[in-house]
Amino acid sequence: MTQSHIAIVDCNNFYVSCERVFNPQLCNIPVVVLSNNDGCIIARSNEAKALGIPMGAPYFKWKRMIEDSGVAVMSSNYALYGDMSSRVMQVLAATAPAIEIYSIDESFLDFSNLPTTLNPVDLADRLRQQVAQWTGIPVSIGMASSKTLAKIANRLAKKNPSKHGVANLTDPTEIATTLAATDVGDVWGIGRRWARMLKARNIMTAADFRSCSDSWVRQKMGVVGLRTLHELRGIPCVSLELESPDKKSICVSRSFSTPVMERAALTDRLSDFASRAAAKTRKAGLVAGYMTVFVRTNRFQKDRPQYSNAVTLTFPEMTAHTADILAAMRQGLAHIYRPGYEYKKAGVLLTNLVRQDMAPQSLWTHAGSAKPLIAQEKSNQLMQAFDGINGRFGHGSIAYGMAKRQNNWFMRQEKVSPRYTTRWEDLPTV
Amino acid sequence: MLLRSDITLEVRRPVFASRISAGFPSPADDFIEGSLDLNKHLVAHPAATFFLRVVGESMLGAGIHPGDLLVVDRSLTPTVNDIVIAVLHGELTVKRLLRDPDDKHLWILHAENPSYSDAKMPPDSEIWGVVSHCIRGFRA
Repeated sequence: MTQSHIAIVDCNNFYVSCERVFNPQLCNIPVVVLSNNDGCIIARSNEAKALGIPMGAPYFKWKRMIEDSGVAVMSSNYALYGDMSSRVMQVLAATAPAIEIYSIDESFLDFSNLPTTLNPVDLADRLRQQVAQWTGIPVSIGMASSKTLAKIANRLAKKNPSKHGVANLTDPTEIATTLAATDVGDVWGIGRRWARMLKARNIMTAADFRSCSDSWVRQKMGVVGLRTLHELRGIPCVSLELESPDKKSICVSRSFSTPVMERAALTDRLSDFASRAAAKTRKAGLVAGYMTVFVRTNRFQKDRPQYSNAVTLTFPEMTAHTADILAAMRQGLAHIYRPGYEYKKAGVLLTNLVRQDMAPQSLWTHAGSAKPLIAQEKSNQLMQAFDGINGRFGHGSIAYGMAKRQNNWFMRQEKVSPRYTTRWEDLPTV
Repeated sequence: MLLRSDITLEVRRPVFASRISAGFPSPADDFIEGSLDLNKHLVAHPAATFFLRVVGESMLGAGIHPGDLLVVDRSLTPTVNDIVIAVLHGELTVKRLLRDPDDKHLWILHAENPSYSDAKMPPDSEIWGVVSHCIRGFRA
């Protein structure tokens, strides 16, 4: 078997970089991007990081400092980020032998079976330059024999200017020194709780963790922890997950006994399906990246007007939260609902599922500071309580009130840029 | 990302195969040989292609009018005489790329309109992309 070699391509400060492509005035100045409700800071340019503005910080707390230091503030523009992401992934997919799109701004590439004439560092460098030219997005590429080590190589590529955005972590001495300089909490797959547990036992760095015994790690952290341990030793345990949506999806759909025509009634049914799908996803310990909403008339009643449609939405961040999934469902339905049809079947499909602890967390916790966003923990607690009540008293005992949601969901987006690449009326002008 | 950009929409027109000959038309004319996709014609590299709207009049001489739609392909390497999108003073601008007559190593951004002046490209500025097509509608 050939030696495994995996590259991770990570877009640098992705949301800020997207804004900069179309608004060059934002280049070389500190920029932050706010979350959906302009609530939290979810992306920072290097200049903003240098000012000490933390990831996930509530905007109102930093507003004065941000205004005083001339930081440009943008609301999030997910239409733009989603389109730019798919462009980056298309460029990578055209060259890489195999690609796993891991999140909106990260993907793993399989470099295991490159021709011997092709140096992986040269290939990575070429990809980095091509993505920059074609899309305007700067990326960093880390390579190693396992995904977990490749992630660490990526940090190296980002933080060490002499690497020019590409780091290949294969030399045992370099691996050892890099792991010794990596906080154990920054290791992929080691969540906050485990980091706390390990640090309480004086296991502070990735190198400390790597020298723990298999049996101890297995006892304390289970198979998942053991897998991370082996990955750090360069033994690949987390294989590349190539597109296989059938195996990795949760679908809740029903045929209706009597056809449904009104949008409100359809929304009611789909709210129920979406809530069930969200609960199923949480029960499996997963979070979803995409959601498809579909509706269909009765195909067998040829004399009646026929219509079927589906729309797929990308979650700004992976989620299994009922509120997120309901909001996406309503947004999707608004696009595909047509009045005047007798709908026979509808449903929701959650895809791009990953385990919650393996989900990209770049939006909420900054690698290094690992500052939890209180809102997220509260939200997780809410969902636990929610599932607890429904588990005890039956699904639907407690449900989300949707009546008021519609209008205030995307309430505050005061500084959002135009949808430069997805709307004719929003095209950049020259 | 709710709706993918319209790049993926395909508009097909039939192409008829046989040539006009004396006598009656060939029955093969009923057979559609292929189809023309305007997107494929205009967008060679979808991942690298962006649409921009013209507002200024600096390129009238090149037939680029306010309201026109520019197809910009970032995968193309800019070369002399290309019409390009450049970053000038923090803004995107459309100009013709020419060699600086005073220094062959430098570039100038040439406006195709006598009322506008040319600009030397500052060393730290960049070419954003190459304009591959210009689309003008004649009826609103």
